[in-house]
Amino acid sequence: MLRFALFRALSLGLSLVAASLVVFFALEIVPGDPAAAMLGVNAQEDTLAALRAELGLDRGPVARYFDWAGGLLRGDFGISYTYRTPVAQMIADRLWVSLPLALYALALTLLIAFPAGLAAAARRGKGTDLTIMGVTQLGIAVPNFWFAMLLVLAFSITLRWFSAGGFPGWEAGVGPAMKALTLPAIALALPQASILTRVLRSALIETLGQDYIRTARARGLTRRQVLWRHALRNALIPVLTIIGLQFSFLLAGAIIIENVFYLPGLGRLIFQSIGQRDIIVVESVVMLLVFAVILVTFLVDLAYAAVDPRLRRPR
Amino acid sequence: MSGAETGLHVEGLSVSIGRAPILRDVGFSVAPGEVRGIIGESGSGKTMSAYAVMGLLPRAARMEGRVTLGGQDIGGMSERDMCALRGQQIGMIFQEPMTALNPVMTIGAQVAETVRIHGAGSRRAAMARAAEVLERVGLPPDEVPLSRYPHELSGGQRQRVVIASAIALRPALLIADEPTTALDVTTQAQILALLARLVREDGMGLMLISHDLAVVAGMADAVTIMKEGRVVDSGPTEALFRARRHPYTQALFAASTHVPDPVPQPPEPPPLLQLRNVERSYVQRSGLFGRPTQIRAVRGVSFDLAAGESLGLVGESGCGKSTLGRAILGLDPVDGGEIRLAGAPVHAGPTMPPEQRRRMQVVFQDPFGSFNPRHRVRRILSEPYHALDDPPGPQARATAISDALSDVGLDAADADRFIHEFSGGQRQRIAIARALIIRPELILLDEPVSALDVSVRAQVLDLLADLRRRYGLSYLFISHDLNVVRAVTDRVMVMRKGEIVEAGPTGQVLDAPQHDYTRALIAASPRLDAPLREGSRG
Repeated sequence: MLRFALFRALSLGLSLVAASLVVFFALEIVPGDPAAAMLGVNAQEDTLAALRAELGLDRGPVARYFDWAGGLLRGDFGISYTYRTPVAQMIADRLWVSLPLALYALALTLLIAFPAGLAAAARRGKGTDLTIMGVTQLGIAVPNFWFAMLLVLAFSITLRWFSAGGFPGWEAGVGPAMKALTLPAIALALPQASILTRVLRSALIETLGQDYIRTARARGLTRRQVLWRHALRNALIPVLTIIGLQFSFLLAGAIIIENVFYLPGLGRLIFQSIGQRDIIVVESVVMLLVFAVILVTFLVDLAYAAVDPRLRRPR
Repeated sequence: MSGAETGLHVEGLSVSIGRAPILRDVGFSVAPGEVRGIIGESGSGKTMSAYAVMGLLPRAARMEGRVTLGGQDIGGMSERDMCALRGQQIGMIFQEPMTALNPVMTIGAQVAETVRIHGAGSRRAAMARAAEVLERVGLPPDEVPLSRYPHELSGGQRQRVVIASAIALRPALLIADEPTTALDVTTQAQILALLARLVREDGMGLMLISHDLAVVAGMADAVTIMKEGRVVDSGPTEALFRARRHPYTQALFAASTHVPDPVPQPPEPPPLLQLRNVERSYVQRSGLFGRPTQIRAVRGVSFDLAAGESLGLVGESGCGKSTLGRAILGLDPVDGGEIRLAGAPVHAGPTMPPEQRRRMQVVFQDPFGSFNPRHRVRRILSEPYHALDDPPGPQARATAISDALSDVGLDAADADRFIHEFSGGQRQRIAIARALIIRPELILLDEPVSALDVSVRAQVLDLLADLRRRYGLSYLFISHDLNVVRAVTDRVMVMRKGEIVEAGPTGQVLDAPQHDYTRALIAASPRLDAPLREGSRG
């Protein structure tokens, strides 16, 4: 198990190096000069050159890559071209919104999907199952920003339970901050929960058809007992894969929801930075997200091995 | 039946799913300490009878009739009561040991579960009981710890774990559904001996379901023969085996012992296939940083196969027979020695000349797995033409396909059907037709009849003999079933751990084996005449 973890950690490191190369050089070839974007169309050529030199843009791409990558390793993400503040600080501020939001949404997703998936699989073909399948179909089909608007309409405008947007900051206390994140988290969680419910249901149903389920039934286990004791753990592999993908999506993919609820999260940061050609911010946020995705994949791999003893040897 | 209210009694059992009757008026009994063999071919309802006793019929099934165990009517019991009964009073083991255990639970936990679920002890006590039971079925915890997972065990060991979990609470009845069909002969003999011992020690009734008359012959006190959901013959084993009153019983015996008419051999046949000191090994690593170990799967194998000859190759799983087969077909390169086909060396890989490819074809055990389910038979049969430099035109192809189909006893119109529309025996015929279509000289038959029912098996063996006679084919016949090998081969080779340990004319090798391993294999093979031989049963 330890060797398995070490091996996965090694491949995690290599993935990060590869990703940093791709991110840096992909953004290098994107048209648009950050200096020109900052100074506007009427800037003098010598002013532009001075700014480029100040930003370090006059040096070769390879040298700049090593500057940037070395900085990342030290936690120095550089200075934003637009705001002239440390990128690390900007990201940290935004991460304190995006990360809790993603975890909140993931928790809701799991809280909805596990009971619903188990209930549907246990009563396959019956009313409960058909209802859950119908509702999740709807949950997948309807876009989450539309859910978000419905939630605002119902709970903010009509019932006035929640504010329609904005974020008071964690200084205001955990209660108000969580409250501000509740509607966005629900809007994010509903489609994800619908997907996960369906994945769990079909994984459970497939597992319930296996020979060892029959063996367990022959030992005297009830249908419910085989579902919980035997089917659930075996059905977790596909479910873990989806949970990993969903967490990455929730962290990075909340751009629209953050815009609907006016939340100062990573999604809004990256959206604004692209518009302002603030390439150093874009690069750093993208790297951070890549790191998050790779880390989640690593954790999912470890979880696979924890669930299934057959996967504990590296291949 | 006498009025004795012990053991299992099944009377007037009928099961239907929708409108389709599955079982019709089935009756049998299993007394304590008795072994009742239930014999039938696929679809005869033998497994459904077991599920009816277990209360594990599919939800859509409707059941009528009376099932009692120890005087208790279990046919009409609620699911809840049946759950309390299963594992406690009735245990069941299954055909496929490889998939019958939960892959993510330790073997100890799975055996202990039977104890725990019936409230017969704490977690610790259940584990202690599991250790005892595993020891009893021949898996002592100091050799095979309770913390092992199923994938770390062999097929025979896994079947022992399943048996342990079924008998942990000493049930009155054990149902064994084809418990040894997926196992090697020597492992089969060990598992059957274990079951016989448990029956004797615990006074447990055993319902032994099998398609194999010989397996049941050596074990059962009484036999029930089923066909198409009905009981057609029943009685004490010896009497039933002697009398063979019912025509279907006679037919089953005839099919089980069927020997195709002998195929005459040309007087001085030239050698078609020659192997000289063939070596084949592969490297296995345990983990990324593990030390690579070299596995010598085939060690210095030499033999000649004459044109028109049928040569058997027997051995247990892992002995290297399939690796050798792949090397002969040119699918894998050899690491040493030489393989010659009609005098020309066989080299694996794309350089193998089409003419050489044409001379060899192969038929596998599982016909379904070797066909693309989305292709029609016409396209499946055309596949070997890819191996030819100058494949025939559409007209010649159509003729060849209908000829090949009629050669194997199918209809030319079958060319337009899909593979799922055929039965297992028909699929094997299609596999043979595919091998025949480019007129090979050598066909490698890898367990071609192992998955077939006895009556179908007899037909396919006849077909193979007939084709050999007609086209002068040579067969390399790989099988673990000595009875089949005796029926269809002229010479036989016994393979063990990559080496040929004995070879010679089939009758001579099987009747007067020289090597200890051959003797062990023969001793382990179930014999149909076991109940008729004196002193064979205690």
